[in-house]
Amino acid sequence: MIDQLPALQVVVPLVCAAVCVLLRSAFAAWLLFTVAAVASLVTAVVLTVLVRDGETIGYDMGGWPAPVGIELVVDQANAVVLLLLGVIAVIVASYGRRSIEAEIRPRRVRMFYAALCMLLTGLMGIAVTGDAFNLFVFLEISSLSSYALIALGRRRRALLAAFQYLVIGTVGGTFLLIGVGLAFAVTGTLNMTDLADRLPALEGNRAVTGSVVFIFVGLAIKMAVFPLHAWLPGAYSEAPSVVSVVLAAVGTKVAIYAFARFAFTVFGIDVVFTDLPIGQAILVVGSLAMLAGAAVACFQQDFKRLLAWSSIGQVGMIVTGIGLATAGGVSAAYLHIINHAIIKGALFAAAGILLLNLGSTSLDSMAGLGRRMPLTFGAVVIGGLGLIGVPPTAGFASKWALAAALVEDDQWLILAILLASSLLAMVYVGRVIEVAWFRSPAGVDAAPSPAAEHAAAAANPGTVRVREGTPLLMAAPVALLAVASVYFGIDASLPSGLADGAARVLTGGGLP
Amino acid sequence: MIATHYTYWIIFALMMIGLYAVMSHGNLVKKLIGLNVFQVAVFMFFISLGRVDEGSPPIITEGIEVYSHPLPHVLILTAIVVGVATTSVGVALAIRIFEAYGTVEEDDALARDVAEEAAE
Repeated sequence: MIDQLPALQVVVPLVCAAVCVLLRSAFAAWLLFTVAAVASLVTAVVLTVLVRDGETIGYDMGGWPAPVGIELVVDQANAVVLLLLGVIAVIVASYGRRSIEAEIRPRRVRMFYAALCMLLTGLMGIAVTGDAFNLFVFLEISSLSSYALIALGRRRRALLAAFQYLVIGTVGGTFLLIGVGLAFAVTGTLNMTDLADRLPALEGNRAVTGSVVFIFVGLAIKMAVFPLHAWLPGAYSEAPSVVSVVLAAVGTKVAIYAFARFAFTVFGIDVVFTDLPIGQAILVVGSLAMLAGAAVACFQQDFKRLLAWSSIGQVGMIVTGIGLATAGGVSAAYLHIINHAIIKGALFAAAGILLLNLGSTSLDSMAGLGRRMPLTFGAVVIGGLGLIGVPPTAGFASKWALAAALVEDDQWLILAILLASSLLAMVYVGRVIEVAWFRSPAGVDAAPSPAAEHAAAAANPGTVRVREGTPLLMAAPVALLAVASVYFGIDASLPSGLADGAARVLTGGGLP
Repeated sequence: MIATHYTYWIIFALMMIGLYAVMSHGNLVKKLIGLNVFQVAVFMFFISLGRVDEGSPPIITEGIEVYSHPLPHVLILTAIVVGVATTSVGVALAIRIFEAYGTVEEDDALARDVAEEAAE
């Protein structure tokens, strides 16, 4: 059983997706998704424990030994990603039932869960595979299901956002395919370990250079690194809340993992960072992303769109850590992958609760609701502080780690940019907090009695009406994520242990 | 260079044509057509990689020593499936967009959203 775990990680959600399509009831589909999510989390936990001392678990699909067959590989570098995926899947399973009920038409619900299972399958597959072509296939599985899921957003704009993402995403996926093809052309293999063995001998080969560039540009589109981020704000803000949570928490992170895997273990540090200026290029785009993402976020009128732009800035921060190509930088990047997933997961989930209660996520509609929905807006404040990097939140721990890695590498300019982006984060988070806590609610006088408010709302249907009570199944995951983001800020030993392990495996201990 | 690698030149020309169509057209269906041309060019690139000089099709036959490489064909079979799935999702979205906006021109659809927002 233990031997089969890497395969089960992908197979369980895949089978659940197929069964979801056959089911007639929405409740059964939800139950099945929950089963898939819990199974994924349990599998990921067991795998993480198994590889905690730096072991590598290989699994030959269908009994065909690598490099002929497709190999699944689990080590510390991807066990973290699997764990994160499992946690977010369980969070979504709990959070999603009521949220999906409210946002999706009843007859589409079971197909929605099927697509969600496929998304999970694709993301898990990218994380677990040890085969370059297989990675492309899983990338497309996750992308296709996310296009369909985004298109189910409540406004018609979601359709355009999904289409734009489809076009850009397919170009990105095809770029990855070209890159894999070029690498295959010069090495004759698709297995990542095998590629890593054969590529160093080809140093300076033009096809290898082309392969590196195509793969990295392709993945950069999926990661939404700054100049290639155009699909992200629309996709995140128009998608149904549940989908926003998954995509924002883990969607781009998995592509970042794939990027790190290709950069450090497949092509190797010599080819990518010494011979080619990929490292410098990443630092430049990462710095631009930090500034641009945070700056544009300051001008958004919609809470989800604001969070989406903030994600672009935070992705810039993560890739900057990878671009440093030092053990400290990669570890900081991984730490921020974990922390940002928790923080953004909490924030987008809170946005979903707002949508359920207010019917809108525009900042205007949130005016003065802090006191009336203290739990939700408490989570928003904690998450926001995490985005700025205020101690003692998890965001501080990872920003500190990244700053330390930058100082170690004498990158003072980038350190200044990191600080500037944190200041900008203070502006956009400050706006949200100001609107929610310090403004009087729209359409009603300050501190009205419930009866008066009800009368006002009845007299004027345009005013915001606050429905009391958020379902426990929705509130609990948000609270859990918010608490986790504070806990990991105070005691960072678990995430930083995982991040250090991942960095050790990726950089092979050969870096300072 | 051009004479010996002419297949690659043709394929890359095709890729660029596809990519240009994706970027230059505002019509969603034309974008999908461009995307398809781009993808098919990449498929052809893979298949051309599998060719071995003097090689025969990879079916074991007596008296034949050299075979073409079958792996790229198999890979592209998978990639074609991915391409078909992408196209069908894209076309389905284009239909839904037409139903919702009454146009498949991206700029018109965006303009209608802006107009709607201004009207609110």
